[in-house]
Amino acid sequence: MDWSALRLSLELSFWTMLVLLPIGIWLGRRLAWTQFRGKSMAEALLALPLVLPPTVLGFYLLVALGSNSPIGQAYEALFDKQLSFSFAGLLIASIVFNLPFAIQPMQRAFEAIPQEVREAARCCGMPWWRILTRIELPLAWPGILSAMVLTFAHTLGEFGVVLMVGGSIPGETRTIAIAIYDRVQAFDDSAAASMSAVLLVISLFAISLSYMATARLGRGRHNV
Amino acid sequence: MSDGLHVRLEQNLPIPLETTLHCAAGEVLALVGPSGSGKSTLLRSIAGLYQAKTGRIQCGDKLWFDSAAGINVATANRRIGMVFQHFALFPHLTALENIAEAMLHHPKQERYARAKAWLQRVHLNGLEHRLPRQLSGGQQQRVAVARALAREPEVLLLDEPFSAVDRSTRESLYQELSDLRDELKMPVILVTHDIDEATLLADRMSILDEGKILQTDTPDRLLQAPNSHKVAKLMGMRNIFSGQVLSQESSHTLINWEGTALKVSTQSAFAVGSSVTWAMPTSGVLLMPTRNRNTDTLDNVIDVEINKMWALGEQYRISVMHHANGLTMNVPRHIAQRYKLAVGQRLQVRLRGETIHLMPPQQ
Repeated sequence: MDWSALRLSLELSFWTMLVLLPIGIWLGRRLAWTQFRGKSMAEALLALPLVLPPTVLGFYLLVALGSNSPIGQAYEALFDKQLSFSFAGLLIASIVFNLPFAIQPMQRAFEAIPQEVREAARCCGMPWWRILTRIELPLAWPGILSAMVLTFAHTLGEFGVVLMVGGSIPGETRTIAIAIYDRVQAFDDSAAASMSAVLLVISLFAISLSYMATARLGRGRHNV
Repeated sequence: MSDGLHVRLEQNLPIPLETTLHCAAGEVLALVGPSGSGKSTLLRSIAGLYQAKTGRIQCGDKLWFDSAAGINVATANRRIGMVFQHFALFPHLTALENIAEAMLHHPKQERYARAKAWLQRVHLNGLEHRLPRQLSGGQQQRVAVARALAREPEVLLLDEPFSAVDRSTRESLYQELSDLRDELKMPVILVTHDIDEATLLADRMSILDEGKILQTDTPDRLLQAPNSHKVAKLMGMRNIFSGQVLSQESSHTLINWEGTALKVSTQSAFAVGSSVTWAMPTSGVLLMPTRNRNTDTLDNVIDVEINKMWALGEQYRISVMHHANGLTMNVPRHIAQRYKLAVGQRLQVRLRGETIHLMPPQQ
């Protein structure tokens, strides 16, 4: 059992989820409620990681984050270390490939809030932050929660993109999914089996939690 | 200029608007018109939920919108109470919490006590902790009204507030609103497509079509003296015809209705020989039993044939033909039975000239 790989995977999942929470809320609301030029294009771009082979996405991310890229060079100038094949690079890649998993459920949840309800909040004299925290987030909460769980579980199991961008550096970029692959390659079936079981249990727990919470919160939701 | 609500809005696209209206404090002004006439857009503009291209909205001494000066006060900073068509209650908050959310101008510790008092005023004691989905349509509507009033608004906006409840609930809500309105000291704008509702609740009505206010007047005046064919139609008048002015007499105006001369109340604005549109309410067409000759000088007796009859509760709506023109009248059920009225029957009716109103010809 590779504990450092498990810890790394959990950390990566946690940070990905945390960074995508405000991004998802902001983008989800915008996509749900505003019309702008190129909206369909933006939605298509955000959904691209769903259909793109992970190796293709990984390749482009590697190019974008590599030492020859402006992002990679800026990062190296700032922190004096390489962005690709590091945890930070892995986190950026993870955020990019999880965009549709975070944004789409949130967008659907915000779309389900009737326009009249949001307008009524403004007519009540509520400032924007109170409308967000008192009306929008409680009503969209099941969607936000399932977006978070999907992101978490998806990051935990991602293999292709992680391998392309991060390689398999123990303690830095070797996630549990890659560790399982390594163990299988080394004919260490028992280690692969125990790590797979751990991943299965965590994923099952996360997804059940999401379904249960959605069902419970869903009962208290609207009927307007 | 500081009293009540003054609105002036103009734009061509995407929704045409060309309106000026004033609603005094304590007055109920109904905006009436067909779907797409711009009445909801007008209401949403007052609320700041929609921004017209140009115009000015002033409520009391507060300027809410002035396109020329670049002023557009955010909805949350306009003291408005709004009741939405589907009530728009916050579905996850209780009745009490819904009302308390409109009271952010009061200290936190006072809000719930005040909200409770509002619930009592709309007769919902004991339902404080119900969620909207646990309330009936009528109860939800009352919570929505209480929430709008709890804001202590400078103008109350009602957007088709009775269209989502059943008829009997609507009747009792009308009663409650007219009781409540004696206490309301702010301008009240009611948007509706229901003429009867507007007639019942409003002091004045504005008839809207394609973003323009065609006429603003009291419900009675609008029914008696619409200023155009369009207004007469939108007011639900059924008897609208064309004619020419034959003469202006001292006691009346004489018009020609396709070969029949009709005496109507003096309306000297129309020159002899000019074409007119004329309209009269169904209540101006009366049965004329032959033995009961009325000497009223403005009565016009004409021969007709009953074309169709519809039973409408206590009344019959009867369509009669005079030559090729159909007139509509309402006859109480017992009268219709006494005179054994039936389709195909020929009889005489009386058109009361006092109720005939002349308008410019339809363009």
